[in-house]
Amino acid sequence: MGAPLIGARVERKEDYRFLTGAGQYTDDLELPRQSYAAFVRSPHAHAVIKKINSSKAKNSPGVLAIFTGEDFATAKLGGLPCGWLITDVNGQPMKEPPHPCLAQGKVRYVGDQVVIVVAESIDEARDAAELVKVDYEVLPAVVDGSKATAKGAPQLHEAAPGNTCYVWSIGDKAATDAAFAKAAHVTKLDLVNNRLIPNAIEPRVANGSYSRADDSYTLYVASQNPHVERLLMTAFVMGLPEHKVRVVAGDVGGGFGSKIYLYAEDVAVTWAAKQVNRPVKWTSDRSEAFLTDAHGRDHHTVAELALDKDGKFLGMRVKTTANVGAYLSTFASCVPTILYATLLAGQYKTPVIHCEVTAVFTNTTPVDAYRGAGRPEATYVVERLVETAAREMKIDPAEIRRRNFITAFPYQTPVALMYDIGDYNATMNAAQKLADVSGFSKRKDQSIKNGKLRGLGYAAYIEACGIAPSAVAGALGARAGLFEAGEVRVHPTGSVTVFTGSHSHGQGHETTFAQVVADRLGMPIENVDIVHGDTSKVLFGMGTYGSRSIAVGGTAIVKALDKVIAKGRKIAAHLMEAAESDVVFENGAYKVAGTDKKKTFGEVAFAAYVPHNYPHDKLEPGLNENAFYDPANFTFPAGTYVCEVEVDPETGVVKIEKFTAVDDFGKIINPMIVEGQVHGGLTQGIGQALTEGCQYDASGQLLTGSFMDYCIPRASDVPFYQVDTRETPCTHNPLGVKGCGEAGAIGAPAALMNAITDALGVKDMPMPATPQTVWRTLKNKKAA
Amino acid sequence: MAVKVSLKVNGKSVSAEVEERTLLVTLIREQLRLTGTHVGCDTAQCGACTVSMNGMAVKSCSMLAMQAEGADVMTIEGVAKPDGTLHPMQAAFKEHHGLQCGFCTPGMVMNAIDFAKHHPNPSEQEIREALEGNLCRCTGYHNIVKAIGAGARAMAASK
Repeated sequence: MGAPLIGARVERKEDYRFLTGAGQYTDDLELPRQSYAAFVRSPHAHAVIKKINSSKAKNSPGVLAIFTGEDFATAKLGGLPCGWLITDVNGQPMKEPPHPCLAQGKVRYVGDQVVIVVAESIDEARDAAELVKVDYEVLPAVVDGSKATAKGAPQLHEAAPGNTCYVWSIGDKAATDAAFAKAAHVTKLDLVNNRLIPNAIEPRVANGSYSRADDSYTLYVASQNPHVERLLMTAFVMGLPEHKVRVVAGDVGGGFGSKIYLYAEDVAVTWAAKQVNRPVKWTSDRSEAFLTDAHGRDHHTVAELALDKDGKFLGMRVKTTANVGAYLSTFASCVPTILYATLLAGQYKTPVIHCEVTAVFTNTTPVDAYRGAGRPEATYVVERLVETAAREMKIDPAEIRRRNFITAFPYQTPVALMYDIGDYNATMNAAQKLADVSGFSKRKDQSIKNGKLRGLGYAAYIEACGIAPSAVAGALGARAGLFEAGEVRVHPTGSVTVFTGSHSHGQGHETTFAQVVADRLGMPIENVDIVHGDTSKVLFGMGTYGSRSIAVGGTAIVKALDKVIAKGRKIAAHLMEAAESDVVFENGAYKVAGTDKKKTFGEVAFAAYVPHNYPHDKLEPGLNENAFYDPANFTFPAGTYVCEVEVDPETGVVKIEKFTAVDDFGKIINPMIVEGQVHGGLTQGIGQALTEGCQYDASGQLLTGSFMDYCIPRASDVPFYQVDTRETPCTHNPLGVKGCGEAGAIGAPAALMNAITDALGVKDMPMPATPQTVWRTLKNKKAA
Repeated sequence: MAVKVSLKVNGKSVSAEVEERTLLVTLIREQLRLTGTHVGCDTAQCGACTVSMNGMAVKSCSMLAMQAEGADVMTIEGVAKPDGTLHPMQAAFKEHHGLQCGFCTPGMVMNAIDFAKHHPNPSEQEIREALEGNLCRCTGYHNIVKAIGAGARAMAASK
């Protein structure tokens, strides 16, 4: 055996194909007799469709077919379902207005699908789409979530009076109010968590095909969870049996949540493929991506923290309006509730918390999970409150956190979650040291001498990952299980193909999972291949989101490996004529304890497939095992981020001088990959705080509809990061892992805004802190 | 109306019938089936479509196929040695984990190779500025910046 594989910086198996242009992304696939789709989309945020005239378009060169919402209704195609039922404060189910694949009678946001045009080439499809005439009666629109429930606001759906999807709450209101009544200090903030547009660099793609030979469909799609996509599409929308539909998500160019959902285009091309009896491909352009990929965040929150005279937290009171957009996207309902309010305890012993959330419909793109999904919003509330309280009470912001850290585990929070383990002092201490917090005041003096402002901010975040125990999720309204599946197929010569229901779209599962497998089986990593993303190959899967892949998907593989090793032990015992209980498996071989008898894993595999000398009376031949793993609890990654900024008061430009992240992800399989995940998450979090802000005008036109108007961070916007980890292994999965994909995006905005408000000497300012906003904030401060 | 274009791509002469409006990236991806060159936006911002034309990194989404008449174009598929050995810049991206989902990667590598020709030992600042036209949503650029520095030095050393 060579060096241990767990914890090793193994270079990625997937890189060669990506670096040589040999990756196979969905748009790279060209099927025989391929045809192409373009969508006619609503140019209005809210309008009644009076008439659709496709006659000119139908005669346009190359056009094969044109379908409208009426055609979809005639075909009895269902609407897009929501996968999570929230029960409101009155015990009533949330309002679920229909979400048709192609608009039926009304359009509700700019970009809403109205017509699909299928043609011989993409140019011909687009040319014809331009010839489709749609007469609209434009209606007034509401775009701001905080105005959606106002009297007289334009109404989106008959089924949702007052544009309200639900009013939901968690926690003990009376006890929380009582805590505030006896508080020595109350800190209050009015916070906006800005709407974000995910912008994976690969736009969405869907290529549907149909075979008359066996009445089956195949959908190639840029998706994070092909089995979920299939389940939703077959059972809820198209009414097809699952065995007649194959969904393939090959190489996917980033997701960040936006490729979890079943989208209208996926259904439309799959259905259209049967009608035209040709494969139908739609490739989103970036403008469509801005308009139609589910957006993220968009909360307006009033939050209060009650403290005693020593800065001990007594209670937290939070009221949030969450803008879910024009329709409920696949998991929209659970993001501002289950994934948000349950995290409001943060790392602290706050004894009572109450949170009320109102989810509202507006004439904007649907909002759903985007990297972090609810947890960045919660962290922003908690960590902005804590830092502000520290400043108001003149307590060091690290010290106030230490006074309130949870230190004994397991810990039951007042908002449903049970933290299994953590060490928040360890990550705080390490972060302070790495960030050289003690040298800050000197650096600040220097900045002041140079005519600049300098600030430092913390965020001590927690997240709930590894979603989820299915029974818990079900009790909270999930309409799906949240287990994961894995299969280990041992080949006769001892190499291994592993099938996982997790999906990699940048995370490097083909390497990380192979490290786990090779380590357990004691074989070179080259002998292990990981297969994912194809419902015809992988037995089942719930996919990748919520930093769940290693904790849930990885554990399913470990469970299958356990079965393989156990069966191998039986075979080896037979081959070595030993008692099974005397056979141990180590370093890739079965050995009889206390003897030199040994059978390598490869020899055992060979015996399983060439079973000439085999215990046929006790065992089936072959060595292929699968496992489904349903987690016992969520995992709770946590850490401390420290951000130091310098602000030029003349221009309002914020420069990140240092960004330090110390995370506890439990056991780490591949530190190189984990660091990369943190770097990427941090940059998206910094994007939210510094450069990204989705803007609509009052009529519902998207003003930030291209990379020229919506600024995702460039290389020159971010620094080199200082990252490190501390480790408290997760207590309830065999690898001790917690997940690392979202942490950066969760912790960074609060750390950055705490630093900027510190530099500016203001209580709050809105994200993104663009130079103009910073400059205006300073100007207003001076005027005041 | 179809027009004929003739050019060199990855060392081989090719001719194709294109429409006047056909973009170079469309010719490369859809007609020549070299799908390593990607399309990530429609405003010439993301750089995923970057190829080398006559030795210079260009965004193939921002020029017509006809404009490449007679040009010598290299795509990501032509960067590694014929035996499959990675170019020093590609090797640096692998070693420094300068890629995650891989979608922006071909454009990053094509731009980086051009940049490194003129900057054999670049500073962090120079690299970050040179990436103005290449967007990545996965890596936070941290490891891309490291990879390009290392790749540039490796290219200079192998001259």
